[in-house]
Amino acid sequence: MDGSVRPGLDVQRVRQDFPILSTKVHGKPLVFLDSGASAQKPRAVLDAMLRMMETSYANVHRGAYHLSEVSTAAYEAAREAVARFLGAGDAREVIFTASSTMAINLVAHSYGRGVLRPGQAVVVSEMEHHANFVPWQMLSQAHGIELRIANVLDSGELDMADLEAKLADGKVGLVAVTHMSNVLGTVTPVARIAALAHAHGAKVLFDGSQAVVHRRVDVRAMDADFYVFTGHKLYGPTGIGVLWGRMELLDAMPPFLGGGDMIAEVTRDGFKPAPVPAKFEAGTPPIVEAVGLHAAIDYVSGIGMEAIEAHERSLVDHAMAKLSVIEDLTVIGRAQDRGGVFSFALGNAHAHDLSTLLDRVGIAVRAGRHCAEPLHVRIGHDSTCRASFGMYTTHEEVDFLAEALNSARRFFT
Amino acid sequence: MFDDLRDLYQEVILDHGRKPRNFRRLDEPDLTARGDNPMCGDRMELFLGMEGDRIADAAFQGKGCAISMASASLMTETVRGKTPEEARDMAARFREMAMTGACPDCGGALEDEMDRLQALSGVHEFPSRVKCATLAWHTLNTALSGGKEASSE
Repeated sequence: MDGSVRPGLDVQRVRQDFPILSTKVHGKPLVFLDSGASAQKPRAVLDAMLRMMETSYANVHRGAYHLSEVSTAAYEAAREAVARFLGAGDAREVIFTASSTMAINLVAHSYGRGVLRPGQAVVVSEMEHHANFVPWQMLSQAHGIELRIANVLDSGELDMADLEAKLADGKVGLVAVTHMSNVLGTVTPVARIAALAHAHGAKVLFDGSQAVVHRRVDVRAMDADFYVFTGHKLYGPTGIGVLWGRMELLDAMPPFLGGGDMIAEVTRDGFKPAPVPAKFEAGTPPIVEAVGLHAAIDYVSGIGMEAIEAHERSLVDHAMAKLSVIEDLTVIGRAQDRGGVFSFALGNAHAHDLSTLLDRVGIAVRAGRHCAEPLHVRIGHDSTCRASFGMYTTHEEVDFLAEALNSARRFFT
Repeated sequence: MFDDLRDLYQEVILDHGRKPRNFRRLDEPDLTARGDNPMCGDRMELFLGMEGDRIADAAFQGKGCAISMASASLMTETVRGKTPEEARDMAARFREMAMTGACPDCGGALEDEMDRLQALSGVHEFPSRVKCATLAWHTLNTALSGGKEASSE
């Protein structure tokens, strides 16, 4: 490779890197269309985690012995890798958490109770995952913060005019919205949202749990204040998530969890917190998981986010064309800018019956409300099925989904 | 493509799922309860009218998958005329049948009723769907105990 031209993604080669994809389900080849819930893991991630435990594992930031130093170096190298992946300037702005959920709860507790004042407001959108909804409801109840909910248009896009109206009185301290909807596939205009929020004196948090998997993310270019994502959707392990925040914000925030590693000094009378990022990483962190996340970032970077994005764009166009001609099938959300997540309803067939049928022929989709109940009320469906793509998803799998949906329609009528 | 699913989705299930019987409210029910499967969104409200010590009328309203709707529909048909003790007994046998596919106690008394409910026994091969079939019966037990909210989580 000469560096100027990046070849497209060779999906068959990529698939060979994921051992689980050769699994059979009910005797049929697995068609895994639930990567939006959790992605499968490439061999490189599995190997890196195993190798770490076999050769260089010890607790971090503790011992002055060789293994602890090696382990600490690996953990901190993962932090550097995440910072590069997000376009962050300073690796200390990367906090490791257990999940996106915990990262948002960290901000809701620490920034929400420590920096925001009663009488201020937080804005979320109607299409948030419960992880970016309930923590703000809890903050609202506990700390006198008003929770405002920006509307979603019928197209599945964020209603920017409504967002602006909800910012107008200047009371909003934080706008917390998704970068990509886990139900609608909608990619939100994060740079515009950040500019709008900042113009009204509010900070922004973006939930990148879905987006980082599909797009190159640059937290400085979009002018984010906080950005969160999780390892397991990015082909990495469960048990590790990331909070990125601007240093001056993190610096001013009180600690979230108390314990070992987050202190500079403890006396009988009190404690002095450690500087960022240790201040927010109480207790033994997810060390092996950090190494796995580092391997996952190296893996996707090796394939190239641009190549992954181009492959998924092609899949999205193909899926739209295939699904839109199926009789009685409603695809929920028609945003112009969307990623590889499709929620749909098939006539009167219930999502759970439909997913049971699809499972029988090897197709794994999610059914239910996808941790987004308020959105399901908005779109008027009690539950939907959701097919979500990964870099290993093929056009043939989309064809097979369409064929199965056609058969299912006949089964239920 | 889905022929081997006909054991689960027998014609009687699809029929009751599409056109649930006794799908209405009772104006003055003696006992009611709500049933909820929070994970999947199945919801129902059950109404019982009593005459003496027997269930004179049973009706429900709700939303859910074919299995849960068919199960509720068949339940309202089969518990009518039964005493609360008989209905609880049927609920216990039904749960056993939904979880194991077999019902060793289903002969003898209430045999005809349990025979009809046998249509739902295929659900035992689908562990994640068992709760769809049992929701109605959980709700029935709750109503008979004078409770208000049932959940089959």
